[in-house]
Amino acid sequence: MPDILWITGGRVIDPANKRDAIGDVYIIDGIISNDISEDQKRFAKKIDATGLVVTPGLVDIHVHFRDPGQTHKESIRTGTEAAAAGGFTTVVCMPNTSPVCDNAGTIQRIIDKVARDAVVNVYPTGCLTLGMEGERLAPTGQLKKAGVVAMTDNGKCVQSNEIMRRAVEYAKMFDLTILDHCQDETQTEGAVMNEGEWSLRLGLRGWPKFAEDIMVARNVLLAELTGAHIHMQHVSSANSIDIIRRAKERNAPVTAEACPHHFAFTDANLHDYDTSFKVNPPLRTDADREAIIEGLKDGTLDCIASDHAPHNATEKDCEFDIAPLGIIGLETSLAASLSTLYHSGRLSLSEVIALMTHKAAAICKLDSGTLSAGATADICLFDLDEEWTVDADQFFSKSRNCPWHGQRLTGSVKATYVAGKPVFDGQSIIA
Amino acid sequence: MSTSLTWNRKDLIGIEPLSREEIETIFTAATAFKRAMEADDKKQPYLDGRTVVNLFLEPSTRTRLAFEVAAGRLGADIITMTGNASSLTKGETLRDTAQNIAALRADMIIMRHSASGAPNYLSKVVDIPVINAGDGSHSHPTQALLDSFTLLEKFGSLDGKKITILGDILFSRVARSNIICLQKLGAEVTIAGPSTLVPKAFEAMGAKVSHNLREALQDADAVMLLRIQHERQSSTHFPSLGEYTSMFGLNKERVKWLKPDAIIMHPGPINRGVEIDSEVADSERSVILQQVTNGIVVRMAILHLCSCAYKNKPIELPA
Repeated sequence: MPDILWITGGRVIDPANKRDAIGDVYIIDGIISNDISEDQKRFAKKIDATGLVVTPGLVDIHVHFRDPGQTHKESIRTGTEAAAAGGFTTVVCMPNTSPVCDNAGTIQRIIDKVARDAVVNVYPTGCLTLGMEGERLAPTGQLKKAGVVAMTDNGKCVQSNEIMRRAVEYAKMFDLTILDHCQDETQTEGAVMNEGEWSLRLGLRGWPKFAEDIMVARNVLLAELTGAHIHMQHVSSANSIDIIRRAKERNAPVTAEACPHHFAFTDANLHDYDTSFKVNPPLRTDADREAIIEGLKDGTLDCIASDHAPHNATEKDCEFDIAPLGIIGLETSLAASLSTLYHSGRLSLSEVIALMTHKAAAICKLDSGTLSAGATADICLFDLDEEWTVDADQFFSKSRNCPWHGQRLTGSVKATYVAGKPVFDGQSIIA
Repeated sequence: MSTSLTWNRKDLIGIEPLSREEIETIFTAATAFKRAMEADDKKQPYLDGRTVVNLFLEPSTRTRLAFEVAAGRLGADIITMTGNASSLTKGETLRDTAQNIAALRADMIIMRHSASGAPNYLSKVVDIPVINAGDGSHSHPTQALLDSFTLLEKFGSLDGKKITILGDILFSRVARSNIICLQKLGAEVTIAGPSTLVPKAFEAMGAKVSHNLREALQDADAVMLLRIQHERQSSTHFPSLGEYTSMFGLNKERVKWLKPDAIIMHPGPINRGVEIDSEVADSERSVILQQVTNGIVVRMAILHLCSCAYKNKPIELPA
């Protein structure tokens, strides 16, 4: 007897299939099915989704789980619990663990732990360079065999144009996307926030947009030179978005992501030196925030990613200059995106969901983010209009570095299914 | 200047939140302390029996001394802790250090710190008054207040007065606090120096930006010089100290561009022969040592006012 699930009465949004209507979703043994027989309906477990939105499980291609090496901040277990609670069923982990993911052994270790501990799908990435030092290429082929879905030195940016060019040319042979954290380090020594009026007022070292823009421009040129797919991570600057828009007009093989904190906040939020707003790249100006929303709307930016970067409460409880960089986002990403993009009237619901599902998956060539017949039944159910107050102390994540703490957001996850199995029921992890 | 007293703050973190009335209250109190001091009635024991901790986590001589003298003349017991923030964080966080100081039943913390915003943080960690004695490139409120007090002694009012601040503005907390304080008192502020150290973005704070020394000096009623801070800036901001002196150093010839009654100020320490020539520093126009003396009474005023606000006591001043 097959295991049959029948989700009924919800507003089903499946942007990859241009579906947005009240309807049913059928799952047979963890696989989406277009229809089921009257006979199967009698045996199906029926889930009433009336009043809820039913979407593919969300996909986040930029998270840090600190595992192995810094599991006091997060672990594969707690990170995936946070993902499930946020409606995410697939995440892509950055390789700046300890040790870093520049060898097949570390990838194997992560994959083993994922099999044991994870409650959602986790895909690792490999380092572009050994030790993430930007000097010698990491063993890309072996990393690919071990299971990485993309290459990146995230957290750092390869400064040498020669090394970056060769890394990109080499990764193309394996059809691996390069995810790049765009930062010219000569411009950001000691920098802790956006360079501008607020850095002047606060007397903090500025991180100019120019430092991002110049690397985005370099990567566009490298993508055109080599034909390799380069994806710009956490784009925060209006000029970078303009560069990417023009590159796409020329069909350069580039994509880009935006983080909710970059379109929800600005550098003015740092006015009282609150370290939970300290992040890299930094929160920019209102003009940049607007440009990001515009870029998400017109397709210049391809997806939303949280850059979930956990740090312990005690690590962030200090002088602004010495606090670590990073914001956690998995448990607020959907609500923050809905609040800032959809409820404000800027993007349609289908557009927001596309940015958080199949369009994100496509960047790393993952087979996720749709409700197509035959697809694995990763599903998210949420209440579009429920308001809630963010309380980081209630998070599944081990960390609390959340700039939305105490704020009201609209949109609340009610259930998450991975391969047809419930992993989150709106209150608890049940995997 | 108004004589009614407006003060309800236990902390002095920056100039930004102060109203003109609050600034003038500080000056009213400072004037009273100065009058008493000049009558050789130096000791005004409003802080008798109180313990003031000078937490200086970045090297400082004159600000630390001025606070010690000010607290001493108010009758407080003074403990000075010096060190640098990095050796502190090696073993203990700023939160723990501050909470230990508070647990010793100290009544006030005066802090100098290399990180901008550190006093904002400290004021949330402890309940007792926190006085900012300079944080990173952010703020140095007592310096700005003593500078304005000195200018008011000279000019009576700052409304419409033109003040030029010359030197390394980008890394200067003194400049930031003065830009804000002077404008609150009605003055117009021009900041001048090399383009890499005086970025246009400062116009957002209301200051006029100039890279032409003559233009910046000729209309000024006062010029405040700032030291080039070797310890703060990366070496890429200008070619050399020699180049700086040749383009922006204040020497006898350039002083002639000033109006006849314009005064010259400097928060110290001065680098003779770099931003200012000796004969200019020691000239009639210079009020550099008056600034130091005023630094005592302005700080006495601030310590006294913040203590009264914390203890919820009415403000008494020397007769």
